[in-house]
Amino acid sequence: MPRFVRYLAPLAIFLALAGLLYKGLSLDPRKVPSPLIDKPAPLFSLTRLKQPEATLGTADLKGKVSLFNVWATWCVACRSEHPVLMQLAESGRVAIYGLNYKDDRAEAKRWLLRYGDPYIANAFDDDGRVGIDWGVYGTPETFIVDQQGIIRHKHIGPLTREVVRDEILPLVEKLEAGSG
Amino acid sequence: MKFLRTLLAALCFAWATAGLAGLEEFDFTGNVDEDHFKELIAELRCLVCQNQSLADSDAELAQDLRREVYDLMQQGQADGQIVDFLVTRYGDFVLYNPPVKPSTYVLWYGPFVLLAIGILFLIKTVRQRTRQTETTFSEQEQARLKAILGEEADEDNKSYGDKKA
Repeated sequence: MPRFVRYLAPLAIFLALAGLLYKGLSLDPRKVPSPLIDKPAPLFSLTRLKQPEATLGTADLKGKVSLFNVWATWCVACRSEHPVLMQLAESGRVAIYGLNYKDDRAEAKRWLLRYGDPYIANAFDDDGRVGIDWGVYGTPETFIVDQQGIIRHKHIGPLTREVVRDEILPLVEKLEAGSG
Repeated sequence: MKFLRTLLAALCFAWATAGLAGLEEFDFTGNVDEDHFKELIAELRCLVCQNQSLADSDAELAQDLRREVYDLMQQGQADGQIVDFLVTRYGDFVLYNPPVKPSTYVLWYGPFVLLAIGILFLIKTVRQRTRQTETTFSEQEQARLKAILGEEADEDNKSYGDKKA
């Protein structure tokens, strides 16, 4: 082994380790990859938030590209992403459905009156069981479901204008183009 | 003294209840074995407080998942089925004991690879050192060596003799 290789080896190992650790700094350990991506959306049927006599279920999400947003009035970050959802709803680029997760029905309705309602409809998940089926562990979470009812994307944490512009809308366009 | 005893008792109580977050709600008189239940939830990881198990965490999701595990046990599901239930929803992340599969090979076998590299390196170094001690000298060098050693031996003898004298 040439001498310089022997002297450079520790430097190379150090640089490789430093590179790995640097990458680790930018990873968010709270973002756990969902095993549900590219799997059919979990089956559910719950009462609607505003019309308790009607139900919202997996079948309602199919047939078009849908955005399924998990939120609650007790969730502070949901409040910050709400204007983004309102703007997205106004643009009409994607059908927005909600899962009102472990919330109070009256309070949730009041919230939508006060801040505006970007949702076509909300499923009211009282005990959080549907949330568990969707692998929800922290609100807000947002899923993109394609025309066949397959989950194509999951965003953990509040949606921002950048996330919508750079991740959500390009994916929606791609999925819409994909099925013609 | 009485105060100390009370304090001690309080501490013991705190110790005993720490790590058993909110199990009061469960009824273990039925077909769910309490120890078995505790064992299972201790092996599952809470997604909210990521360094706590489902048994330890006070997070609301952990409570919900404990209830889910309890209900599944009550339905007579095997541990494997219950673990699968959680893995299909939350991924391998919920397991403190990750399965062996291509994406975890580095995790499982990496340390052994590093150990093997270390052992190879050690063997190489040791061999090199033994080779260095077995250096052979040319005739000329041997003569010089003998001369030097001889001189030293003489000197040693001399000094030894001097001391003796």
